[in-house]
Formats: sequence, structure tokens, C-alpha cells
Amino acid sequence: MLIFEKSKKGRHTAHHRSEAMGDCSDIPKHFLREEPLSLPEVSELQVVRHYTQLSQKNFSIDSHFYPLGSCTMKYNPRGIHRMASLTGFLSRHPLASLSHSQGFMAIAFDFQEMLKEITGMKGVSLTPMAGAAGEFAGVLMIKAYHHARGEDERNEMLVPDSAHGTNPASAAMCAYKVKEIPTDSQGNLDITALKKAISPKTAGIMLTNPSTLGLFEENIQRVAEIVHEAGALLYYDGANLNAILGRCRPGDMGFDVMHMNLHKTFATPHGSGGPGAGPVAVNERLLPYLPIPMVDKQNDHYHWLTEKERPHTIGRLSTFMGNAGIIIRAYLYLRLLGREGLARVSEYSVLNANYLRKRLQQLGYTLAYPERRAAHEFVLTLKREAKEFGVNAMDLAKRILDFGCHAPTTYFPLSVPECWLIEPTETETKEELDHFVEVLKDLRREMKETPEIVRTAPHTLPVVRLDDVKAARELDVVYEWAH
Amino acid sequence: MPFIPHTQDDIRLMLETIGLSSTDQLFAEIPPSLQHSDWSRLAPAVNEMSLQRQMQDRAKQDEIRLNFTGAGAYEHHIPAVVWEIASRGEWMTAYTPYQAEASQGTLQLLYEYQSMMAHLMAMPVSNASLYDGASSLAEAILMAIRCQSNSNIRRVLIPRSVHPFYRQVIKTIVRVQHIEILEIPFDLGKGQTLVEQLSLYSDQQLAALVIPQPNFFGTLEAVDDLTDWAHQQGALVVGVVNPMSMALLKPPGQWGKQGADIVCGEGQPLGVPLASGGPYFGFLCCQKKLIRQLPGRLVGRTRDRNGKEGFTLTLQAREQHIRRSKATSNICTNQGLLVIAATLYLSLLGAEGLKQVAIASHTRTRQLLEALRAIPGITVVFDSPFFHEGVIHLPLPVKSVCAQLQAEGIEPGFSLTDHYPELGECFLVCATETKTAVDIQVFSAALQKILAKGVAC
Repeated sequence: MLIFEKSKKGRHTAHHRSEAMGDCSDIPKHFLREEPLSLPEVSELQVVRHYTQLSQKNFSIDSHFYPLGSCTMKYNPRGIHRMASLTGFLSRHPLASLSHSQGFMAIAFDFQEMLKEITGMKGVSLTPMAGAAGEFAGVLMIKAYHHARGEDERNEMLVPDSAHGTNPASAAMCAYKVKEIPTDSQGNLDITALKKAISPKTAGIMLTNPSTLGLFEENIQRVAEIVHEAGALLYYDGANLNAILGRCRPGDMGFDVMHMNLHKTFATPHGSGGPGAGPVAVNERLLPYLPIPMVDKQNDHYHWLTEKERPHTIGRLSTFMGNAGIIIRAYLYLRLLGREGLARVSEYSVLNANYLRKRLQQLGYTLAYPERRAAHEFVLTLKREAKEFGVNAMDLAKRILDFGCHAPTTYFPLSVPECWLIEPTETETKEELDHFVEVLKDLRREMKETPEIVRTAPHTLPVVRLDDVKAARELDVVYEWAH
Repeated sequence: MPFIPHTQDDIRLMLETIGLSSTDQLFAEIPPSLQHSDWSRLAPAVNEMSLQRQMQDRAKQDEIRLNFTGAGAYEHHIPAVVWEIASRGEWMTAYTPYQAEASQGTLQLLYEYQSMMAHLMAMPVSNASLYDGASSLAEAILMAIRCQSNSNIRRVLIPRSVHPFYRQVIKTIVRVQHIEILEIPFDLGKGQTLVEQLSLYSDQQLAALVIPQPNFFGTLEAVDDLTDWAHQQGALVVGVVNPMSMALLKPPGQWGKQGADIVCGEGQPLGVPLASGGPYFGFLCCQKKLIRQLPGRLVGRTRDRNGKEGFTLTLQAREQHIRRSKATSNICTNQGLLVIAATLYLSLLGAEGLKQVAIASHTRTRQLLEALRAIPGITVVFDSPFFHEGVIHLPLPVKSVCAQLQAEGIEPGFSLTDHYPELGECFLVCATETKTAVDIQVFSAALQKILAKGVAC
């Protein structure tokens, strides 16, 4: 039942009224709203109950194992949420004077410095508001770099066929033509194809390492050489940074620019779809172009860097300072981990992934790249199951929801047919992984004995499978009030 | 180990299963020359207790007594229920509702949100959020360009009365796609965009006119005339509005004869704390015929195989995970949690409550402007209807006066000297329903004292 359907005319939650009601008779009538506004009229308890009950229809990290590949659904520490919600942080106006901003700015500055160290880069800007916004900023910096060198003819961006959809979309938003590079049989970028594709028109290449196949790009140094020799730059998509945190650094691999997903690697809550934050880090040659504002420190006093101090900046990406609250949270996470905790993140996320991968292989599931070592996530291909039992990757994903596990990412990367991308993260216990293995063991039996149950799953959730075709054809995206 | 549950036994058994003897072997594919081991420049770990102590000190540094700054981020009272419920783990720690059956909570809420925003704007369609106000305007402009039948029409008019930071963000985001942005001046006496001034731009090939309501100065624009003018030129109308004001003001869907085509703005006033500028959320509404050019997620109501009502992401072929380089935008992660807060806020207040907050904010601002106007030497610059902000001219340098007020714990507003030098020593003030008559008195008395002292010396 919708909140609108719980509404009753004349029911007001009066205590929100302000005592300074006042009037607006000084505003000429033609500026004013004529038609009444339709919003629900419900009591405070009705609101609390309605949205509590709705929340309970969600799978979440707090309630379920959530091995959604590429999304790093690790535990989001509660203490961090509480500290980030301190009054001084929540009440600070983004345009407050420097004298009332030193607390936040100290955090932002320290965090910029920490990220430089973690990435092996020379400069950091925190303003991009999600991974895709970070990609946009990074690609725009590449464009500004070539432009400054008089090389505007570089109008192509190379992207592997296994890349996140945001990579080609971000390149297109920066007016680049996108060229796809295939993957070789071992899951690495196809070097021969790369050499063939690269030309004086190449502006750069966007890579994730480990790749979206969950594999460390073994030839990364060779790739960097080839790209740099051609005068192009390397972009690092930080979606998979969890796999190498505290162990190796994109700056050392030869990348020129990168973004990080704070909501993945740095444990900030995913919030039912966001907010994230996508800070960008660059090496020496892209330093002048970083987006503003940034924070600087002089004599223990923090101040903003804007277009005045940074005339070559690509500019501003958000009204104020990006997702400041997420920046605070990620900073707090790093403080709790400390330098000794960084490498543990990659160590145990990769251990969990490889353990789960081995156990599933033992059950008879097919690994996309069995000869390789998995990073923090791995790809299964279910094409054999699809052929033998007539159940596809989506059916199987829907069925495990019935067992209280969120589904892995399905049908991504696009280069592997009928695939699942599984990322358990470091915060899961061995027992939880073993439980997941048991679920997939039962699933193997089910797909042989009662495939119909799998094909029609889920069976225990608030709804069974939804009619997506009807949703798109008979678009109903806004509730119509019956007046 | 913080947040990592493995015991020594676990590690041993897991490595045995994999067939390795140490966790280092897990990383054998990483070339040794790339393995970095010196992390000494990072600080060692601290525990939650001591970190909390440090953060209390830092947060304290940013606390102030009274805030009268608006300029795109507004201090409203947020009922406790909003964040009590939005902070539930089931909302906070879920992700994008790709698995619809396991995400009906989020999906239904987003459908309710879309409905509330559409009603507030009097538009038929709302997406499920973008990043913030400025980036939503950039996306709205890109969308307006995609909606042109002639792809050579790439000129957009933006009044200088639009937030200066929004205009900066637009430059960053849309110029790279060879879109021409023309800034239109405002009337220096009225603080409004004059339709007469637009005649300079008629007969040109225009893709869109951006109309702010209220504009950056808090002034109300002649939205009906502007809308009709744009439509006469064959241009689309992109409204950028404060959602709180829409409880009171004519919504974009009813501007002029046909209404706005695309509407966007900053959602922060609806239940989101100031919090240093983010996370906030951007909203985007449009007419039905433009829906396939809409960026961002969209939730549709449908049925499951048993005929039961349910909700799902729809028209996903617009999005980057399907269409890649041909997508309407690169946006993936949006601002879901803030939309949850806004939906709770709108449900709690209802139409009546929202209108009361809007009227109370307007009234407090009027009282503030009256109090400041009474101080010798001060003028209220624009003589036009306003929502909840106004521009004040000082007889002394704004920045030094503001600094003196800030030293007393009062954030007086946003100095306009950098962005609008033509206005002279001006700043923008805002009062919302959170300010009392006493607060206004404290502010005006402090300002009067500073000015008296300044004039004296």
C-alpha cells in the first residue's frame, strides 16, 4: 500500500507548524500556486510504521550476505556514522567563514594527503560525487592536458570490452569516440589488439586493475609503456581498489589519473543507491587541472583553493564541495584502520574471494578463468547449467534470494556469457561463506531435480518475478490522485 | 582486527582449501616491483573511543551561534523521524535496487518520491535523483540539447541571476560537448531577468532558456512571460527551482501557457542537513514526451506474475550499464539515501506543513530585511517580490563587516562582491523558519553596532 493510500483529508501533523506563521500577502497573486498541492496527510506514527515496514522489504548488508560483484558491499561501521553526525559537522553551512570551517577543512586536507599516499599520486581533489563523476573529471583532465599541448586531434578513448558501462559513458560525455579493446584468453588486455588500436588519435585508456574479471592485469607495466610511448595517458578506475589496498599503488603502475569509490573501498554506506563519492588523484603532469575546490594548509590554518589559485583547473563539479559527509566517513574509516590495517583489507578480501571460488569450483561450478588467481572477486560462467538444465544466470540469482543471500552481479562483465561476478569482501566470516556454499550446493541439486522451482524463483519474497515489459510499455512512474 | 572476523584457524583452513601456505601467495600475480611496503607516512590506527574524542573537538570548531547564510543551502528544521528512519540499516546499507524482488522497499519509496516531486512541480515525470542542484542543471541542459530535432541547435540562455556556482558547474560539464552558453544580464534595480532584454536573442536558434525561481538573489522571476517568450522562439524551458518554495509559488508545470519542459534543482531544503554542502540530492522532472531523454534511474509500478502490485527500475535502456557510450548520462550511483530522507520529510509535513514552513521562512526574511533596512546606511537593493532571501548593500566593505559578525558567532550571509562586482558592497541574507524574532534582533543589533563604529572611525 502506498503512503498516498494511507492519507486522509484533514489529518495534519500539527507539531511541525512554526509559531511564526506569518503571511505572504506581499507576494503578488500571479506568482503564487493556484492549484492545491497533493501530498499525503498522515500521522507521524503512520510515517514511522510505513517506512519501517518498507525498509524491511529490502536486502541490505546489515541484514543479509550481499556478494554483489564490483560493488564492495562490506560492513559500514556504525561508530563512523555517529561521529560524522556530530552537530558541528551537520550544521556547518558550506559557505561558512574560514573561522567556522577549520574542523571540516582539517579533515578534508588530511584525507587528501592520505589518499595521495595510498594511491602513489601527487595531488587529490575530493569533489566528484560518485565514481562516474570522478571518471568524468579524470577524462576531462586528460582532455585539458592534450589541449594545453596543442594535441586536440586526440579524440579517441580506449576502453576494454570488460569495462564498467560508466567508462565509455564518461568518455562520451567528454566528447571522445570510444574504441573497445578485447581481452585475451587469459583475461588480460589483448596487447596485440592494443598496439593495433593505438594511434596519434588516442587520448588515453581507461582500465580497472584488478579488472572487472577479478584478475590482476599482469602486463600493466607493458600496457603503460605502450600507451605513454604513443603520447596518451592511463586512467585508473578505482572500483576494485579493495583488492590491492595497502599493497600496491596505481601511481606506481604507471597510471596518470584515477578515481576512488569511497562507498566501496572506504566502507561508506551505499544508501539504497547512493550517495557515493569519487575523489580523483593525479600524477605530476595533471596536477594543474584538478577540479576545485581543494583544501590547502598554511601555518596550521586551512584555506580553499579555487580558480584564483588554480587557473588551469577543469572547474567546479558540484555546487559546493561534493559529498562532504561521505568524505568525513571515509577519513574516519582510514583512521580506524591505520597504516597497519590497509593491507589487511586486501589480504582478507582476496582470501575470502579465493576460498569461495575454490569451494564453488569443487561443487562443479565453472570458473571463467580457472588458471588464474582471483583478486577480491571472481567470475563464474553458468552457460553449462543454462544448456543442461534450462536455468539461466538470472534464474539462479533469483533463487538464492529465497535462501537469504543477495544475488551476485549478473550478466556483467559483458564479455563472459551467463556470468555471475561474486565479491564476498573481507568483513564476512568463514561461516557465512560456508553457508553460501551450502546454498549453491542445494541449488545444483535443485536445477537438476526441480528446475521449474529455479525458473520461477523467487518464492518467499514480497513479490514474485515482476513484469518488466509491462513496466516499460504501460509506464506508471507517478501516482495519480483520485480527486 | 577492526571489522575483519578471521581467526588463525579460519585462515589456516581457508589457505589449505585454496592450496596455499600463506596469504602472500594470493598476490603472486602482482609483479614484485609493484609491491609497495613503506606506509610509514600514514598514521597508525586509533580506536573508536579516542577518534570520537578528536572528532568532537573538530566538530566543535565549526559550530556557530546563528546562521543567516542561504545561497543554495538552507537551514530548516528537520523532524527527528526523518533521520531516525532513514538511518535504519535496511536503507543505509542496501545498494541500487537491481534485484527488484529483494528491493521492494527502496523501489516503492522511490516511486512515492517520484510522485511527490512530480506533484510539487506539477510535472508528469520525476527521476529518482541526481547528485546535487548544480549538476542537475547541467544534466537538464544536456537533456534539452538531446531533445532537439536538429542536432546543430546547441545554444542555451542562462540568466546571470542563476546561482554563480551552478553557472560554473555548467561550464565544466557542458562546454566540452560544444554547447554554447549565453549569459543574460539582470535588471540592476529589480534583480530580475527582463523579458524586454531577451529580444536581443530572439530569431536565433535557441535550444533552451533556463529560468530560476526564486533566483539567486531570492527575487521572483516573471516566469510566465519568460516561459511564453522561450516557447515562441521554439526553445525549451528549463526551470531551476527551490522545492520548498513550490508549496507557495506557482509550480513550473503551470508557468505560462504550456508550462516548463524540464525542471531541476537542489533537493537539500527537504530534510537534508547543511553538512558542509553534501551529500544533498538533485532532482529532475520533465514532460512525458521527453522521458526517453531523461538521465538517471526511474522506477515504474507494475505487476508480478501473480498479478500483485510491485515496483521495478524501468526504461533502463537509457542508462550506462545497458547503453554504455550511447547512454543519456554516465550517472550510476545517485543520492538514494537523501531521497529517502526527503520522502520522509514530505510525508511528515504534508502539503499544509510544507506551505507553513515556506510562509514562515518568507515572513522571517521580510522581518529581517525590514530590521536591516532600518539601520542607517543600509539599503535593501532590489524592490521586487522575494521568497526567503534578499540582497543588502552596506556603506562599508562587506568582507570586513562580515568578518566582525563572524567573530561574534554570526554567519551574516554570502558576500556578492566576487561574483557580482557591479552591485558594489552587497551580501545575500536568508532567514528560514528556524530564526526567531530575537535572532533577527541579535543580528541587526550586532550589525548596527559594527556600522556605527565603522562610520565613527
